[in-house]
Parts: sequence; structure tokens; C-alpha cells
Amino acid sequence: MAFSIYDFTEFTKSIHEGLSSSLSPTMTTVVEWVIIGVLYILFVALFGLFLVYAERKVCAAIQQRVGPNRVGPWGFFQTIADFVKLLMKEIINPKGVDGFLYNVAPYIVIITVFIILSLIPFAPGLQAFDFDIGVFFVTAVSSIGVIGILLAGWSSNNKYSLIGGMRSGAQIISYELSIGLSIITMVIMSGTMQISGIINAQANGWFIFKGHIPAIIAFIVFIIASTAETNRGPFDLPEGESELTGGFHTEYSGIKFAFFFLAEYMNLFIVSAMATIIFLGGWMPLHFGEFNSFNAAMDVIPPIIWFFLKVCAIMLLIMWFKWTFPRLRVDQILTLEWKYLLPINLFNILLMTAVVLLGWHW
Amino acid sequence: MKAFFNYISEIFRGFYSLLQGMGVTGKYLFTPWKYITQNYPENRDTLKMFDRFRGEVIMPHNENNEHKCTGCGICEINCPNGTIEVITKTIVTEDGKKKRVLDKHIYHLGMCTLCNLCVRACPSDAIVMGQKFEHAVFDRKNLTKVLNKPGSKLEANVKE
Repeated sequence: MAFSIYDFTEFTKSIHEGLSSSLSPTMTTVVEWVIIGVLYILFVALFGLFLVYAERKVCAAIQQRVGPNRVGPWGFFQTIADFVKLLMKEIINPKGVDGFLYNVAPYIVIITVFIILSLIPFAPGLQAFDFDIGVFFVTAVSSIGVIGILLAGWSSNNKYSLIGGMRSGAQIISYELSIGLSIITMVIMSGTMQISGIINAQANGWFIFKGHIPAIIAFIVFIIASTAETNRGPFDLPEGESELTGGFHTEYSGIKFAFFFLAEYMNLFIVSAMATIIFLGGWMPLHFGEFNSFNAAMDVIPPIIWFFLKVCAIMLLIMWFKWTFPRLRVDQILTLEWKYLLPINLFNILLMTAVVLLGWHW
Repeated sequence: MKAFFNYISEIFRGFYSLLQGMGVTGKYLFTPWKYITQNYPENRDTLKMFDRFRGEVIMPHNENNEHKCTGCGICEINCPNGTIEVITKTIVTEDGKKKRVLDKHIYHLGMCTLCNLCVRACPSDAIVMGQKFEHAVFDRKNLTKVLNKPGSKLEANVKE
């Protein structure tokens, strides 16, 4: 069994061959599904909890506070304690809820997260499935999540939840457009929608360097739109505490609330990972064209570490936005999208097309 | 055309102001070891309150157990909530004169709003604001304090 931290292709292949030598093809597939499913559930639970902790520490640093520091060293087990508390809480079904939709809504939100996670490559060979229209599939599936939020708002029998869900729907559907168009800008440049293809095209330089001006504009638009897409501050209208109590998850408690909470933070991870894959080369180390000695030095750091470094940098940026900028009103959110981001994006696609046709990129 | 230039410049000005805001918070974000909150119960021994903090009214005594209070009662008159009661007594000095001196300076902490009016009114600076803030007690009676220590005298150089 060849194991290398730099390339997991051989490792996963040897696991597959080992399983198929002793099991029937159907059983092999089932066992692989179970292994991958358990791995992803573990990843979501642990990384989600880490993100909640990181968010609280970043927020504390920005507000010149210490942050959680009681449970464990530097408060590291605070979120685990919180999660245990949520698991033990009673699950309340309020009077007058639409039972089936109310119960299914959190699962729709969290299942969307799992589907998208399966497309994200953590390192070479560490990707659950990779197919021709990967990027397109991600944008398509990520808009299923809004159905969960709308259902949660609709079925709760609570006017605040309904308004929160509707606001969230309006916001996500608007900003989906910007995300899609900025991804299209980069697809024009890479010439493929396959995620592994996009990453391999960045072997001699990340797209944000290769595509210079239009790529940087697309990156900024993507970051703004994905902040709005994850319902985070300054775009956190769906859960404005002062006006909507808790927004769409007002009526949820216990593990169902934990699902919404985890899904929000995993969405933060997903948009950061997509920004990393499309603009910053995914797991690809920092390479510059023909500087071979520099490239070789960068290759020493394993790709999985490169991936998480880049993702964490972008997540830090988005958290920084949340604790710096004032919230937008609902009309300002729609103005930003339809009057600013969309025209800039359309112009940027033209610019990128011209750059690609004239060969002005590296 | 002008509207178009306004549109463009609005975008850049918007970005500039957002970056300014991020600069301010970024300065705090990347220096997480500098914080202004206190690890309170742990640093009880070293905790220093800021100078203008008003914790309670105290009466400083010097090393000979002498205070500056003449028992004039101006602080009692100035207190808006009747927090202070000044009780005086009359004594006969060595040269046979009768003299009014302070017997008990009673301070009801539970009624005090820490407004500082008594301290400002005091003509001989006998009372000041102390820094102690841990006032929790098990009985309301303990919040009534006598500020002059037992057996204390007036300082010799205080004018009456």
C-alpha cells in the first residue's frame, strides 16, 4: 500500500483494489460509500465545531476581547460543550407547524452541504467524485439549500420565520446570479468546468495571477456574493435579531437548530473552498511559470496543507468582513446586487473574453 | 456621461472607505495579545482600577490614626439621597475650651449613587472616592459603614 502525503491517488486506488479483491463489486461500492459517508460526517462535525470556535476567537480579537477561555486550554472545548448542550435539549414541535416540512427542512439544508462537499478536492486523489460539469453542479446544488431555508420559514407557523425565510430566498436567488457569472468568467479562462481540470490548468500559476485584472474583479465579486450567499454579516438579514428574533430558525431547538448552525458554518467552508479552487489553485502549490527552483521549493509543503491554508485565509477574510462592516438594509442588498455587482460582472465577462481571445493572459 | 463617472467613482470611494474600516479592525485582529478586557477572578491580586473609578466613599487616615474630618456636616447636606449621617460630640480640650468633634461618620453604601458630590463639597478633603468594587455582602446591615476608625482624632493642621 503506497501512502504518500503528496498524492493520495495511489492510496485510494489501493484501498479500492483491496476491497474488490475480497468483495463482490456491489459490496465494494456499498463499503466505499459507507467509508466516505462516515469520513464526511466526521469532517463536518469536527471542522464545523472548529469553525464556530475560530469565529468566536476572531470576533473577540477584533473587539479587543479574549474570547472563550474557560473550557479547556484557550477555551478549545467550548464549542464541544455547546454542541453537547444542544444535543441534550428537548426538540420542541410548536403548535400549528406543518409537521413534515418542519422536520425535513434542516435535513435539506445539511444534505446540500454534504453533496457539495463530495465535489471538493482536498488533495490530489482526495475527491469523492469528479465529473465534467463539476463547477456547474456546485452552483446548481447550492441553490437547493435555499429551499430548506424557505421551508423552515414557511412551515414554522411564525411570521418572523416566514419573513426571514423570504428575505433569505430573495437574497440567495439574487446573489446566486453573481456567483454564477463570476464562475463563468473563470470557466472562460480555464476552458473546462471539471474541478480537477480547473486545478490542473493552474499548475503554472494561479488563475488570479494568470488572469490579472478580470480575474481579480471576478474574485472580489465572488467573495462579496458568496458572503451574501451564506447569509453572513454584513448580509445577515434573514436572522436579524433586533427585527426578526432569530429569522427562519426561530422555532427550532436542539439538534435541528444545530443542523442549521453547522450548515451555516460549512457553507462558509464551501464558498471559501470554491474561491480557492477557482481563483487560488485549489491544492496546487504556489507556482510561477518557469521558475523551477522556486516551484520545487513550494512543492515541499504537501498539497493538503496548501488547500487548508488558502481556505482558512479566505474564511478569515469573510469573518473579518462580518465583524467590520455595518449591516445592509434589504433594499440596499438588492441595490448592491442588481445595480453594481451584476453590471460589473457582465462587463467583466466581456473583458475576460477579450483577454482570452487576444491571448493577453499568461 | 457624468452619471457614469459618478457611478464609477462611487464604487471606488465605497471600496476605499470599506478598506479603511478593515484597516482599523485588522489592526486589532492581528494583535490578539492586546486586549482591554480583564481576566477578572484570576488577576484579583494585581488588578488596578483606573484613577477616576468611584467604588465607595472612604476617609483616609494617616499613620497616627488621624483623619481630616471636622464634623461640619457639609457632606451630609450635599448628599442627594441621605446616604451620609455625621454624628458629632462635644469634648473639653486641655485649655478648658468646649469643642465639637466628629463622633461617627456613618455611610450607607446601599443608598449611595457614587455621584461624588460629597467629595467635591468637603472643605478639608477628608473623604475621597475609593477603588474597591467588590461590595457583595450577605446582609444588608453590612453595607452601613462607619468611615472614621475607632479612636481616631482630627489632624492637628486642619483649619476649622
